[in-house]
Amino acid sequence: MDWLTILIIVIQCFVITLAVTTAFAYLTLFERRILARLQNRVGPNRAGPAGLLQPAADAVKLFFKEDIVPAMADKPVYLLAPAVAVIPALIIWAVIPFGCLNLNWDYQACYDPARTNLWNILQITDLNIGVLYVLAVTSIGVYGITLAGWASNNKYSMLGGIRSSAQLISYELALGCAVLSVVMTYGTLSTHEIVTQQQGGLWGIIPQLLGFVLYMIAATAEVVRAPFDLVEAEQELTGGYNTEYGSMKFALFFMAEYIKLIAVSALAVTFFFGGWHFPGLDILGREVTALAGPVAGSIVFGIVSLGAFLLKVVVFLFISVWVRASWPRLRYDRLMDLGWKWLLPVGLLNLVYTTVVIILIPDRVVHSWVLFGLGAITIAIAIGFNRTPKPIDNVTLVKDIQLPN
Amino acid sequence: MLANYAIVGIFLVAAISFPLIPLVLAFFLRPKRPTPLKTSTYECGLEAIGDVHVQFKVQYYLYALAFVIFDIEVIFLYPWAVAFQVVGLYGLIAATIFLLMLFAGLLYEWRKGALEWV
Repeated sequence: MDWLTILIIVIQCFVITLAVTTAFAYLTLFERRILARLQNRVGPNRAGPAGLLQPAADAVKLFFKEDIVPAMADKPVYLLAPAVAVIPALIIWAVIPFGCLNLNWDYQACYDPARTNLWNILQITDLNIGVLYVLAVTSIGVYGITLAGWASNNKYSMLGGIRSSAQLISYELALGCAVLSVVMTYGTLSTHEIVTQQQGGLWGIIPQLLGFVLYMIAATAEVVRAPFDLVEAEQELTGGYNTEYGSMKFALFFMAEYIKLIAVSALAVTFFFGGWHFPGLDILGREVTALAGPVAGSIVFGIVSLGAFLLKVVVFLFISVWVRASWPRLRYDRLMDLGWKWLLPVGLLNLVYTTVVIILIPDRVVHSWVLFGLGAITIAIAIGFNRTPKPIDNVTLVKDIQLPN
Repeated sequence: MLANYAIVGIFLVAAISFPLIPLVLAFFLRPKRPTPLKTSTYECGLEAIGDVHVQFKVQYYLYALAFVIFDIEVIFLYPWAVAFQVVGLYGLIAATIFLLMLFAGLLYEWRKGALEWV
């Protein structure tokens, strides 16, 4: 590598870290506005036009807040825990392909799984074990939360920390199983190859419908979002593991949680919704190349692919906020039951489906649709088992109560 | 291939500097006036009673043990998952036996009541 390449990589790393952090700041605003709308409120709209300066105002407040370190806390670990939480959340982004802008000015190289002549600046690096890297890094995130709970020397923090470690490790298994069947359908661990294999509209959701559902449930639990946010159940645990944290350290925990949420949404798009692929993207690249030359063609292709990727991620983030507004929190034993007695066996079943169908039917299109059918049937059966019981007949609903007048 | 890991290393430096910059900046900006009451442990406004590091439910340990076993088994399946269309029938049979062991282990724990939250 020459110096120019290294310089470009360093700039790329800092730009992407900055972009992810900014995305986090605006995700908090996005969530508050959407949640407010879903609850028939207005939400923060005073700081700047339509509340767009609200994240900046929050940041200023957090910077000037006094930082109280509890006298009983285990100081080194207490200070280290927020950093341990936020660094893994950031480095997941090293392998996610946001789009494809080829600096060798040949947009068609983006469709090449072997990466010949491809220098994509919209992905930091394409490790050949990318998926494994993601799983390894997300596991490290548990330490930040557990250490924070332990080091605060507070009963609420302690309970929150233990709860979170038990929850995270339980759902990591289901997550591992879901991602394993994704790896089996594509036969590779490289994220770039996974995206290139989804060209032509056969997105990962078709062979892995069941895998997608498992992934979404497990990933929501893994980033401790509602309805799995028992770690910070306010009514029982005050603030959970971050009860004793304030000012910038609290902000870092908050940041870790939201960056992880964006990361799992981006991974869901990469695995199941074609990454940066969008119908008509190759035609656009071809036409612009024919009109204005390969440089303009690659740049337009890169920008549009990035836009398509971000659009899909925003849809996932919206769904996550919607779920938070709609579902109540699970009870702890039900949470464990869901992870161990539903998601894990169904995940193993999905592995069996994937293996058997792919070996019996080598044709890619046919086995994808067979797997889609099997997944849909399994989901229907699982929902049938878990139907909500009907309300008892002798209960009077509030709207039926006859008021004496 | 090693160059890719060097890039991850550069990114790691960027990722480490990002939480550190606001922490250091906030250290110089914020007031610091601790009092014994401020730095006492929070417990609903009362004085904290007893030790924090108490005994907790044994179920947490059981789940943790089960997790270690299953997580390692899932990780072992990854190399096979990448190559299962190449290694053919022999690999398939080996992986099936392995998966059955995984499943039998889960059933055993289930029946023994290790997965009950009581």
